[in-house]
Amino acid sequence: MSSNNKPSAFKTFLNGLIKENPTFVLMLGMCPTLAVTTGVINGIGMGLSTTAVLICSNIVISMLRKFIPNKIRIASYIVIIAGFVTVVEMLLKAYVPALSESLGIYIPLIVVNCIILGRAEAFASKNGVIASMFDGIGMGLGFTCALTLIAAVREILGAGTFAGIKLFGDSFQPMSIMILPPGAFLTLGILLAVITAVAKKISANKGGTEK
Amino acid sequence: MISELLIISVGAILINNFVLVQFLGICPFLGVSKKVETATGMGMAVVFVMLCASALTWVVQNYLLVPFGLEYMQTIAFILVIAVLVQFVEMFLQKSIPSLYNSLGVYLPLITTNCAVLGVAINNITKFGGVEMSFIKSIVYGTSAGLGFMLAIVLFAGVRERLETADVPEFLKGMPIVLVTAALLSIAFLGFSGLSF
Repeated sequence: MSSNNKPSAFKTFLNGLIKENPTFVLMLGMCPTLAVTTGVINGIGMGLSTTAVLICSNIVISMLRKFIPNKIRIASYIVIIAGFVTVVEMLLKAYVPALSESLGIYIPLIVVNCIILGRAEAFASKNGVIASMFDGIGMGLGFTCALTLIAAVREILGAGTFAGIKLFGDSFQPMSIMILPPGAFLTLGILLAVITAVAKKISANKGGTEK
Repeated sequence: MISELLIISVGAILINNFVLVQFLGICPFLGVSKKVETATGMGMAVVFVMLCASALTWVVQNYLLVPFGLEYMQTIAFILVIAVLVQFVEMFLQKSIPSLYNSLGVYLPLITTNCAVLGVAINNITKFGGVEMSFIKSIVYGTSAGLGFMLAIVLFAGVRERLETADVPEFLKGMPIVLVTAALLSIAFLGFSGLSF
């Protein structure tokens, strides 16, 4: 099965990164997307933690897909995911305590991130191990990129810094609303609008040249 | 005692509103808020599940995990408790209050993956500067958090019903305008942060 999927592994990867980007296209996993994007470092940390859990759970679920009875599959997936989340939580606490502190409650909440359960149900339970791994990597990195983008906009506008480095002179007046909760909704809404507008323009141009 | 409970309750409903300030339970907030009726049903189901979940997880934490030194199993234990609880609530409602069961429909099983419920359980253990939450306080906190969720989702559904007929620019149609609306609602709730005790 995995040999059949090998040629499409890269496609699977790109699919998660761009075409089916979990945040901007599928609109999954909104809670961490909005909550932890107050700074670029937090965004990347959250994205990578989720990616790690996603890759591991995709691999394990895909390996076990023939043994898990259909009726209790959701419960089994949740237990597998919760196990990996606990591992990531302990690793973060041990090696990067500062990040673990600032992400706080949102690390255990990776368990209920709909991206992970969604990919387990939609992809890993139907595909081979290698393909599932690439799907996990693609989706995870797509999520990380989206989080980083939102976090960058919010941090630059709201605090005038990028990953903690000051960007502007002293005369810069930060718009603190951007790092407060409303800024999260606003940034995501406007980014989505921009992406929709650009995508429409691109598809319109393509249609024009083909004609 | 009463005033303490009142502070917890107002704090969870208005000042630290679960949806608009803490960003917990955003998925149902965006997904199930097209109509006021379904939003109300979802809100009521969440209030009920949060009430039970905060009571049960408190018992699990204090009588199962702490005595055996298993605190690191928190996430797994809590999510299992919540999944089982939602299943039981579903079965119970189906048998005894079928009218409510029918009106909640598909939203009931979805509550398992509502991060606000797990959030309440974890907040009950870790928040408040490590101060041990008593059983009563946990329940009050859980119920108020649910009420806060309900308030936010019903208000938001009301706004979205109006939005249906509004003249929205082409590129803002759909999700973007919904998120911008949520931002405005969130700004309104930010006003409550002045209500400190």
